[in-house]
Amino acid sequence: MNGVINVVKKEQDLRVKDHPILKEGSARNKVSITVEGKEIEAFEGEPIAAALLAADISVFRKTKKRKDPRGPFCGIGLCTDCVMKVDGEPNVRTCITPVEDGMVIEKQGSTEVPTNDT
Amino acid sequence: MIHKEVAVVGGGPAGLTASIELAKRDVDVALIDENLQAGGQLLKQTHKFFGSEEHYAGIRGFNIAEKLIEEAKGLTVDFLLEGSTYSVYENKVLAVKKGKSTRLISAEKVIFATGASEKVINFPGWTLPGVMGAGAVQTFVNQHKVLPGRKFTIVGSGNVGTIVAYQLLQAGAEVAAVVEAAQDIGSYYVHANKAIRSGDIPVFTSHTIKEAIGDESVDSVTIAEVNDNWQPVPGTEKKIDTDVVCLAVGLRPRTKLTSLAGCRSVYSSTLGGKVPLHDENMETSAGGVYVAGDVAGVEEASIAIEEGRLAGVSAASSLDYISSLSQEEQKKEIRDRLGLLRGGKYGEERAEEKERIRGIFNERVERTESSTTRR
Repeated sequence: MNGVINVVKKEQDLRVKDHPILKEGSARNKVSITVEGKEIEAFEGEPIAAALLAADISVFRKTKKRKDPRGPFCGIGLCTDCVMKVDGEPNVRTCITPVEDGMVIEKQGSTEVPTNDT
Repeated sequence: MIHKEVAVVGGGPAGLTASIELAKRDVDVALIDENLQAGGQLLKQTHKFFGSEEHYAGIRGFNIAEKLIEEAKGLTVDFLLEGSTYSVYENKVLAVKKGKSTRLISAEKVIFATGASEKVINFPGWTLPGVMGAGAVQTFVNQHKVLPGRKFTIVGSGNVGTIVAYQLLQAGAEVAAVVEAAQDIGSYYVHANKAIRSGDIPVFTSHTIKEAIGDESVDSVTIAEVNDNWQPVPGTEKKIDTDVVCLAVGLRPRTKLTSLAGCRSVYSSTLGGKVPLHDENMETSAGGVYVAGDVAGVEEASIAIEEGRLAGVSAASSLDYISSLSQEEQKKEIRDRLGLLRGGKYGEERAEEKERIRGIFNERVERTESSTTRR
């Protein structure tokens, strides 16, 4: 770790590569999903949230009343901050739902936001 | 309705070892976990464990998970993955949602190994995308191999905070700051040594986060010095460019299900919050219901592994799978190992707290028949 990185590299790939400990693992199938009308590349089986973060997407939805932006918070399916509309179904917890080829992912409209949400 | 002799809820270290001890003795056991795979938080631990050989010293967390899962699969543990246990009814009936359907599982004994959830602190901007739990960062980086940002600020310098800081460097990210309100780094020396002495991580002790700033997601944070009353000192603010704020401010036992099961609890700041009362066999005030691991008080994975074994052996004993002569011996071996693990300053503090909780249990809970019920 000798004195590396002290500038934010905007172009830096967000996928972790050449990790000193984590193994490369068996090659994963690349698939394509559509997020807000834009096609992005993802790996089959990874959580939707991981694919979005890797594509530099951090805002997953807006709250019902104040339209405040929200993104992943707990990463393990507990907090529901990362919910999105997946293939037409609202309130899908993207951090624990695996990517499938051809998935269509959208930010939720206000009618689908959980009722206790502000 | 599915019937099992024992249902274990939670497939982390404690749930895995509990299931293993049960299956080893031919008990019909189901292990229920809401994730795609068992292993719990071990799956994201890339560091080597320390301690003695029987506690997997020198083995990385995710390798320990692999070993335990393999062992459980080699036995007859019935894995029910992607199943969220959302309620507990009378007579130990669990409601487990898998996909769009719910199945009911009734069991003679239930072991809750539901782990812990992360604590958060609130400050202006804390709901912005980019503010997330340290556990979430570990999950994305170490398990899914995706960085949720490029430049990280970590709030809290306990074991989790310092380990995450180091792991972020390993993954190629930049750590802009570790912010700690206390005067010293809170983690074990070994973690602090790796992370902080790498020289790549600015550490701000006696500082707190004041605000996370950004329109759509975090662009920067403001931190400030704190005085002896933990209050920010005006004029000491510093702005730090960062796109992820990682909250590593502690864990609390995940007790929703134990509450539903009627387990009485007690508050313990040492063990992270509300803890279900439990006796020396890990049995709770709801007879035949056991706890193990972080839900029984936040400690460490190696402790969870042993508590899971203890709960498993206890449940197997109460179902008459172990002779009364041999069960005390087997339990004692595990308790001795737990004693060793709770050495050192922090360990002793937790050991005393566990003793206090057992004392309260004995004082307030009338032993029900179920702890000695025969099948």
